[in-house]
Amino acid sequence: MDTLARAFSAPAFRELGYWLFRYRRTWRGSIVISIGNPLLFLTALGLGLGTLVDRENSAYLHGHSYLTFILPGILIAGVMQTAFLEASGPVMQSALPRGSYRAAASTPLEPTGILYGHLMYWTLRATQNAVLFTCVSLLFGTVDPARAPLLVLVAVLVAIAFAAPAAAWAVTVTRPSQINAMFRFVVLPLYMFSGTFFPIEQLPVPLQWVAWATPLWHGVDLGRTVALGTATPYGVLIHIGYLSVMVAVGLHVARRTYRRKLYV
Amino acid sequence: MTDSSTVLIDARGLTKVYGKPGDKTGFTAVDGIDFQVRRGEAFGVLGANGAGKSSTMRMVACVSPATAGSLRILGYDSGADGAKIRARLGVVPQDDTIDTELTVRENLLIYGRYFGLSWKVLRERSTRLLEFTRLSEKAEDAVATLSGGMRRRLTIARALINEPEIVLLDEPTTGLDPQARHLLWERLFQLKQDGVTLLLTTHYMDEAEQLCDRLVVMDAGKIVAEGTPAELIARYTLREVLELRFAPGERQIMTDKCRGLAERMEELPDRLLLSTDNGEETLSAVHRQGVQPLTALVRRSSLEDVFLTLTGRSLLD
Repeated sequence: MDTLARAFSAPAFRELGYWLFRYRRTWRGSIVISIGNPLLFLTALGLGLGTLVDRENSAYLHGHSYLTFILPGILIAGVMQTAFLEASGPVMQSALPRGSYRAAASTPLEPTGILYGHLMYWTLRATQNAVLFTCVSLLFGTVDPARAPLLVLVAVLVAIAFAAPAAAWAVTVTRPSQINAMFRFVVLPLYMFSGTFFPIEQLPVPLQWVAWATPLWHGVDLGRTVALGTATPYGVLIHIGYLSVMVAVGLHVARRTYRRKLYV
Repeated sequence: MTDSSTVLIDARGLTKVYGKPGDKTGFTAVDGIDFQVRRGEAFGVLGANGAGKSSTMRMVACVSPATAGSLRILGYDSGADGAKIRARLGVVPQDDTIDTELTVRENLLIYGRYFGLSWKVLRERSTRLLEFTRLSEKAEDAVATLSGGMRRRLTIARALINEPEIVLLDEPTTGLDPQARHLLWERLFQLKQDGVTLLLTTHYMDEAEQLCDRLVVMDAGKIVAEGTPAELIARYTLREVLELRFAPGERQIMTDKCRGLAERMEELPDRLLLSTDNGEETLSAVHRQGVQPLTALVRRSSLEDVFLTLTGRSLLD
């Protein structure tokens, strides 16, 4: 118990405390969004678009309904998008001369503790979104209850894999327009072309190679194969390896950029 | 207690160069300065904008590593033990980092959490500090409703949440109206009476004279003078200053006529300053030369004049 208490008084938990304290103001709205988002997607893409797609009986879907097919993709791509948004704008703001990171940096907290604390917050937020999304999916009967917890784990891994590099970069950014550009030219294309809405096998071969190289595809494919029960040990290993490297490299770079930014 | 144990901040050869090491385009903001701040004193760093004050403060606050030299604070090395030092510092930065999405009290609570203080301690301290900074009535209000002076007082309250031994104030009253400044000075004076060591930067002479027991004058990254306000005035200025203002068209002619009438003469954009031991006598001499100023004022020499003497520039340039 004593070790636990000591662990929770660690600097990173103080930074997490700051973000949770602020979250008290917005948590209700965020839960509505976490539930509303999948509801909208599942209704529009499942009942709307899905009815059209299923009529074609595409071989690429391997006998799954379109809704069952895209559900993990939408969850993973959505988690990526949220992770990017939460780890870019707020990080840039916090690192400005009047930002909250500056306040924290004038206390015993070190830049690394500030980074880890904020990362824990994104992890909690991603967990909340993934759990609620998966619960809604269970209601629609589009995910196997036994595999749902695994899907949540994959989603959280993807969130960290994107949040860490996003934060490493965002802490060096000084203009919001740079974040908008990154969102438009990197995050949105990833969202569209990483197999979120369609199997990448449908694409011309050169584009498939591009898709294989993109980080989001590894997350989407991992989530989808786990959710549909078609995962192979080899595939899982490659996907988890890819995402873990993103986490490791992201954190390594972020520790340096945070220190350089906050200790000028 | 030995003398060395009462030195809380000990800077020797302290240097800050911005830019990459070895890069010739690097900018030297602080250029090998030495100073010591003793327990319980209010120590001022005086200088114009860009003199290196804020860079010095950031190094003392342990959020900016020194490029060279040594900086020991509370017995610790600023480079190696930053976290230990910061735990015992209170920082009032020039750009306040108040969280505008939280209330006044919440700002104190959440900042105190960074120091690992319990909620119970923080509730008690926040009430006491809001009282100290005269913000009790605003405790539950949004920060956005505060005036500039209140905001600065909140930053001070926040800086005191960990009961620091040293409080760093970077231009604490810049941008405040006179009334707000006087209230702030009064509170800072109270803090000093309570035994807290103050290190403050300012480009206001009256602030330095009011608050500082000892001060250094910085110019272009170097310390150009050190002493008590009275010592500096005695060492670097004559007793009085005669200030003259002229009609715009006559300025140059009148200025030329005044040359040689005083031991030192400084031309400022809006007025002419003549340093002298007797201002009234100098004024008579000015009149005898046929100089007709729009206004003439005799006053005692101040730190402003010390700064002019030392750097040849006005502080508020």
